[in-house]
Amino acid sequence: MAIFIDETTRIIVQGFTGKIGTFHAQDMINYGSKVVGGITPGKGGQTHLGLPVFNTVKEAVQQAGAEASIIFVPPAFAADSIMEAADAGIKYCVAITDGIPTQDMMTVKNFLRRFPKDERMVLTGPNCAGTISPGRAMLGIMPGHIYIPGNVGIVGRSGTLGYEAADQMKRLGIGISSSVGIGGDPINGSSHRDILEKFEHDPETKVVVMIGEIGGPQEVEAGLFAKEHMSKPVVAYIAGLTAPEGRRMGHAGAIISSAGESAAEKVAILKELGVIICPTPAAMGATVAAVLAKM
Amino acid sequence: MDIHEYQAKDILSGYGVKIAEGGLAYSPEDAVQRAREIGGHVWAVKAQIHSGARGKAGGIKICKTHDEVEAAADYLLGKRLVTHQTGPTGKVCSRLYIEAGTEIAKELYFCFLVDRSSERIVMVGSAQGGMEIEELAVNNPDAITKIYIEPAVGLQDYQAREMAFALGLGAEILSHAVKTIKGCYSALRALDVSMLEINPLVVTKSGELVALDAKMGFDDNALFRQQKISELRDKTQEDPREMAAADRGLSYVGLDGDIGCMINGAGLAMATMDMIKLAGGEPANFLDVGGGASAERTEKAFRLVLADKGVKAMLVNIFAGINRCDWIAEGVVQAVRKIDMKVPLIVRLSGTNVEEGRRIIAESGLPIITAETLADAAEKAVQARNEVVAKEAAQEI
Repeated sequence: MAIFIDETTRIIVQGFTGKIGTFHAQDMINYGSKVVGGITPGKGGQTHLGLPVFNTVKEAVQQAGAEASIIFVPPAFAADSIMEAADAGIKYCVAITDGIPTQDMMTVKNFLRRFPKDERMVLTGPNCAGTISPGRAMLGIMPGHIYIPGNVGIVGRSGTLGYEAADQMKRLGIGISSSVGIGGDPINGSSHRDILEKFEHDPETKVVVMIGEIGGPQEVEAGLFAKEHMSKPVVAYIAGLTAPEGRRMGHAGAIISSAGESAAEKVAILKELGVIICPTPAAMGATVAAVLAKM
Repeated sequence: MDIHEYQAKDILSGYGVKIAEGGLAYSPEDAVQRAREIGGHVWAVKAQIHSGARGKAGGIKICKTHDEVEAAADYLLGKRLVTHQTGPTGKVCSRLYIEAGTEIAKELYFCFLVDRSSERIVMVGSAQGGMEIEELAVNNPDAITKIYIEPAVGLQDYQAREMAFALGLGAEILSHAVKTIKGCYSALRALDVSMLEINPLVVTKSGELVALDAKMGFDDNALFRQQKISELRDKTQEDPREMAAADRGLSYVGLDGDIGCMINGAGLAMATMDMIKLAGGEPANFLDVGGGASAERTEKAFRLVLADKGVKAMLVNIFAGINRCDWIAEGVVQAVRKIDMKVPLIVRLSGTNVEEGRRIIAESGLPIITAETLADAAEKAVQARNEVVAKEAAQEI
């Protein structure tokens, strides 16, 4: 089944006709994703990449049956686009945009909570590489060829470190059910825990790899969830052993600002919660292989 | 982005927060002049650096005569102050804030910050002010009150009253306290403040509520819509290498080790640094070159890493997604030819067009050490660094 997206998911691109939107829309189409059109306000009625352009997300939902959306809108306008998607009835949205103000994300999260849970759009990102269900659909900016289809779920904050994990597994012949980027911002659409829950309910996923980093409470919350609610093994790597306190390591969210947020502390807590720890970032593939071998 | 105490106070006083009278000084003469203008018999001479805990570091002097003000200013200006927040190199004080002395009856702690768990703004207060909140959180967590603010409706009066009572403020000062707390919140929302701390917030002997210190940090992502705040940036308070990197669209953090790094993606950068450490080395820096690493950008990144004279080996680790390994390889080869590198270079490429990228490196004829995997790259970098250090040691003998 994979999570969030497959070959039947009807996808629209918000920020469709811009340079970045165009490039990645084409890449997703080439991969086999079912892109049904895009949104650029004021350009409705035109055709782009052989697909219809709509003025609003509502039109795309009504006329093209859009279910999922990907956002390439610049940071100043991205929060508005996310809320437009949620209001139009989009089920799953990936926000690629990097640099959305924190207060805008607070507004977005608050807006999403207004919807009853079963009608609420799921947002992943912002500031992420997107989601891929290998061999089926790609809703993101990742290099599709480094993933092979399989039974391991990946969730992580970082794009390239997620690629590294998929690549290590591919070298060992291990495939991926879905890989989900949750992004490097302090406030994001879905947490590690939210994605673990999805993987737990996905019959195709046997093992989940969680790629965390310094800063924030999400990895520990995910560990608690895994201990209490998961039957599937969770393998984790936490990046940032060498990160000094109080310094932002690239990602806005990657900053050790209080106790329990360093890599060493998170690793110690996760270990206690029964999560399998990858001792080094070079051992992600081998650790998963060992777990699979025991199943 | 952080700003100085005097700038934060200027902003907050515009939102109804009471501050002591004060003025800025760039020289001891200025300082005495400000003290004369302010009048009275006691002044605080306060070093303006981007850090808390300035008092402990000797950055705040209480003076009772103009001569003392002059001497304190002379001592502080140009001085490098080291606190636990500045790192071992400290920060240079080039501005002073001269403030009227305040007769303190009671010191309180008060701040607003973004709480990542609840995804809300949280207001934190304690009747035990003056102490670092981190210390208080460990030693006496019950003395801290936290009030979460619902983003849709904002801070309500009853919440401000709850905080005022938690701070031990009485009825006679309640309306002023509510005004102060709400003023801070308004500033926070209007200006994209990510952290606002008043420590201490004091009750004076005459029964007024005064912000004796003020610290504000702003959301970098929101500076595009906060032009006036952006103008408050003081570049002397930031690491020059990090500033130079930011100006080039690169994300750089200087560290204490000697293996220079250039990596794409923040997570992969942190992971690569972890690998260096696990292999027995120490990274000299964090550097994320980002997605579109062109030849020019690669060259700039190389220059930035090698500007640190302590670097004994350099590791490039690129996992090309949108990037292509052949473009990166061209950029690396060009940069090495232009820069005349003195230290060994280890390059690991992976992802899109990797074969082509490796061929370009191999055919360049340059002494570049290549690595296939992350582990291999880190081990080779540490080994190359150790050889350089051994050679240097041998030369000294």
